[in-house]
Amino acid sequence: MSVAATDPKLGLKPQAYLRSLSRWRVTEIVFWLATLIPYILFPDYLALASQIAVAALFALSLDLILGYAGLVSLGHAAFFGLGAYSSGLFSKFVWGEPFTGLLVGATVAAIVGYASSFIIARFRHLTLIMITLGLGLLLAEAANSAHWLTGGSDGFQGIEMWPVLGLFNFDLYGKTAYAYALGVLFVLFLGARRLVNSPFGLSLRGIRENWVRMPAIGAESRAHIRTVYTISAFMAGVAGAVLAQTTQTVSLESISFQRSADVLVMLVLGGAGRLYGGLVGSVIFMIARDQFSGIAPQYWYFWIGVLLVLVVTFLPNGILGGLSKIIARWRSK
Amino acid sequence: MLPPVFGVLFDGLAYGMLLFVLSVGLSVTLGLMNFVNLAHCAFAMLGGYVTVTLVNQFHWPFLATLPLALVAAAAASVVLERILYRRLYRASDLDQVLLTIGIAFISVAMAAYFFGTLQQPIQTPEFLRGAVDLLGLGLGKYRLFLIAVALVVTLLLIAGLDYTRFGAQVRAAVDNQRMARGLGIDVDRTFAITFALGSGLAGLGGALAIDIVGLDPSFAFTYLVYVLIIVSVGGLGSIAGSFAAACLIGVSDIAGKYYVPELGAFLIYLVMVVVLMWKPAGLFGRR
Amino acid sequence: MTAPAPHGAIALATRGLSKSFGSLIVARDIELALPVGARYALIGPNGAGKTTLINLITGMLPSNAGQIILGDDDITALEPQQRVRRGLARTFQINTLFPGLNPLEAVALAVMERRGIAKRFWQNIADNKEAIEEAYSILEKLKLGDCAYQTTRELPYGRQRLLEIALALATRPKVLLLDEPAAGVPQEESGEIFEVVGGLSNDLTLLFIEHDMHVVFRFATHIIVLVGGAVFTQGSPAEIAADPGVREVYLGKRHHG
Repeated sequence: MSVAATDPKLGLKPQAYLRSLSRWRVTEIVFWLATLIPYILFPDYLALASQIAVAALFALSLDLILGYAGLVSLGHAAFFGLGAYSSGLFSKFVWGEPFTGLLVGATVAAIVGYASSFIIARFRHLTLIMITLGLGLLLAEAANSAHWLTGGSDGFQGIEMWPVLGLFNFDLYGKTAYAYALGVLFVLFLGARRLVNSPFGLSLRGIRENWVRMPAIGAESRAHIRTVYTISAFMAGVAGAVLAQTTQTVSLESISFQRSADVLVMLVLGGAGRLYGGLVGSVIFMIARDQFSGIAPQYWYFWIGVLLVLVVTFLPNGILGGLSKIIARWRSK
Repeated sequence: MLPPVFGVLFDGLAYGMLLFVLSVGLSVTLGLMNFVNLAHCAFAMLGGYVTVTLVNQFHWPFLATLPLALVAAAAASVVLERILYRRLYRASDLDQVLLTIGIAFISVAMAAYFFGTLQQPIQTPEFLRGAVDLLGLGLGKYRLFLIAVALVVTLLLIAGLDYTRFGAQVRAAVDNQRMARGLGIDVDRTFAITFALGSGLAGLGGALAIDIVGLDPSFAFTYLVYVLIIVSVGGLGSIAGSFAAACLIGVSDIAGKYYVPELGAFLIYLVMVVVLMWKPAGLFGRR
Repeated sequence: MTAPAPHGAIALATRGLSKSFGSLIVARDIELALPVGARYALIGPNGAGKTTLINLITGMLPSNAGQIILGDDDITALEPQQRVRRGLARTFQINTLFPGLNPLEAVALAVMERRGIAKRFWQNIADNKEAIEEAYSILEKLKLGDCAYQTTRELPYGRQRLLEIALALATRPKVLLLDEPAAGVPQEESGEIFEVVGGLSNDLTLLFIEHDMHVVFRFATHIIVLVGGAVFTQGSPAEIAADPGVREVYLGKRHHG
C-alpha cells in the first residue's frame, strides 16, 4: 500500500506521515534551551525576561483563535486583564499561594470567555472585529469605573505572594519570577502544541481555510469556535495572572486597548498560525520597546506603524513565514 | 421654559450630525468593497490640521478653509489608494486592519511632530459664536451651523445617489459587486472615487470638529471608535443607517455623560453590542 | 453498511420547494423524488436556478416554502451540517477546498468530523488509525493517493475537482448532489471524473448538474429540466431528447462542453 511519492522524503504511510508533522524539531529544542540564556548572560534583565514570557503566553493564546481559527479579535486584553485583576485581588486579600492564584485568574477569564463565545461564534468579518473591540472597551471602562474594586486608574499594588512551591520566594532580582513565568509558559505551550496537532487543531485550520466548506462536511464550526475561544481566554487569563503575581501590581493597562493592539502586533510580526510566531514576535517587540523606552510614545508607534505597513506588504506571514519561505527556496536549489 | 432634556437632545443631535459627516464615507466604502479602513479618522485629522494651519497661520476665514479641508483629505486618500490600498482589496480582514492601523499610527506621529500634542485652538467667525434663544433654551450657533451643514451634505449625497448615473453605479456595486462588474461597471474606479469622496467628507468633519471636541493627534483613534460604532450599528453601505446610528450614538453619548457620568463611555459600547447582537448587519444593513 | 433499501424507496424528495428574493422568484414549487440508487441529471439553461436548488436542498439557502425529505425524515428545519450528518452531501461548482491543507488532512478532517473525533484537542491526530486509513482509502479510490501529501493549492485543477468529490464522499452520504463535477476540466480528464462517479455504490443516490450532454446521456437514467426556477419537464433520456419543448428551450440553443 505504499505510495509512489513525488518527494521521496514523503514516502511514508499516512499515519506515520501525520505523526511526523508533530515531532519535535531541533530548532524547537534550541529555542527552549535559549530561554535559559537570561540567567547566564543577562542576570540584570530577568524582570524584562519575565515580562517577555508573559507577553509570549498572551500572544500564544491569541494565536489559537487568530492564527489557527482565523478569528480577528481586537479585544483579547479583556481576558488578560480579567486574569490579572481577579488573581491579583485573590492573592492580596484571600490566599497568596501562586498556583492557586493562577487558577483563579484563569477560571474567571475562562468563564467570561465561554459566555462571550456564544456571541463571538455567530459573527464574522467586520461585525466580529467590532464586537470584540466593543466587549474589550466595555470591560476596560467597567474596570475604570469600578474603582472601589480595581483601584480605577491608580490600580492596586502591594500584592504579596507566598513562595512558589513553598520554597522559592519572589526575590528582588526576579530569579524566581522568571523561572515561574517561564515554567508556566512552557507547560501551557505544551498544551497548545498538543491542541494544534490534534484533530481539533485540524478542524480549526479547516475553519480558517474555508468557512463555507465546514458545514458541508458536517462540522459544527460554532461549537469548535466556542471551545477554542474558552481555552484561549483561559490561557490569556493565566498570562495576566502571572503578570500580577510577578510584578505585584495590577493596573488598567492590563485590560486596555493598547495591550490588545500590542499583542496583535507581536503575533503578526512573528507570524500567526505557526505556534512559535507569538513567542518570537514578543521577544523582538519587548526587547525593542525596552531599548527604545526613552522616546515618546507617538514616535514609538510611528515605527510600529511603519513595521505594520512593511509586514503586510512584504512579509504577510511574519518573520517565521518569511524564514520558512527562504528555507524552502534554499532546499529546492 | 423648556426643560434641560431638550438642551441635551439638541447637543446630542448636533454631535450626532458631526459624527455622521465623519462616518458616512466609511460606511459607503465598507459596503462597497468590504475594505476595513481604520485610517479613516486620520483623514479627518488631516482636514482638521489643514483648517488649523490656514486659519492660524495664513489668516484665512474659517468657512473658506472647509472646502480645502475636504479636498486635501480627498487628495491624500487618492494617493494612498493608488500606492497601498489597491493591493489589498482582496486581502484578508486582518491584513486590511493591520495596514490601515499602521497608516493611522504613522499619521498620528506625524501630526505630533508637526503640531505638537496639545489641542489646537481656532477662531470661528463672529456670527457663529454665542447662542440663539429658543423658549429659554440656548441653542449654540455653531451647533446649529453643524446641523445645517450635515443636512446639506445628506441631501447632496441622497440626491447624488438617487439621481446621478454615478450614484446608480455606486448603488449597484454595493448591492452586488459581481453582477455590477458583469454589467460593465468599473467597480474599482467607482470605489476609488467613492473612497476619495468619503475621505474628503471625513476631512470636512475633522475641520468642523475642532470647535466642538478639539483637535490633537489622538483624534485619529478616539473618534475612530465612534465612527466604527456608527458604521456597524447603522449598517454597511447605508446612508440612512449612518444617519440614524449617528443620531442614536450622539444622543446616547451626550445624555449618558450628562445624566449618568459614572458610566462614561460605557453606554455607547453597550448600545453597539446590543444592536449588533439583535441585528448583526446593522440597523439598515443587508448581509 | 445498511441493508439495501426496498425497491421503490425514495432517498430524497422535495415538495413545493420555493424561494424568492423580493419579486425575483428563483425556485418555484419544485417537486422532486429521487429513488434510492438513482442517477439523475439536472439540466437547464444558465440562470435556471440549478445551483440555487442544490443550495436550498442542502440548507445553505433558507427556503420560503416547501419541504425537503431525506429518506423518512423531514429535514427542512435542519441546519446544513445536520443534514450532512443525516447523509446528504454535495460538491461545489467552484472548488471550495482547504487551500492550505493537503488532501489527506482535508479528507481526514471530514472523516473525523463524521466520527465525532474532531473535537478532541488533547490527542495527537496521528493516534486515530482507523480514521486516517479510511481517509487514505477514499483518496486512493479517487486516484489521489500519490498526491495525498501535496498542499491543495498546488494541485492541478483536475485533481482538485476529484478532491471536491472525495470530501463529499468522506461524509458517507446516502444522497450526493454534484454541481458540475467536471466543470473547467478538459475533455480528456472529465472522463476520468465520471468514471469515478459512475463507479460509486449502487446504494448511493446521485443528482448531478451537468452541461455536457454526452455525459448526461451516458450516465443519467432520468433527466430533470429546470427553467426559470421551475421544473420544465422530466423523464428518461430518450424522452427528453425527443421532447420538442426541451429542444427549443435548451438543446436547440448552442450547448456547452
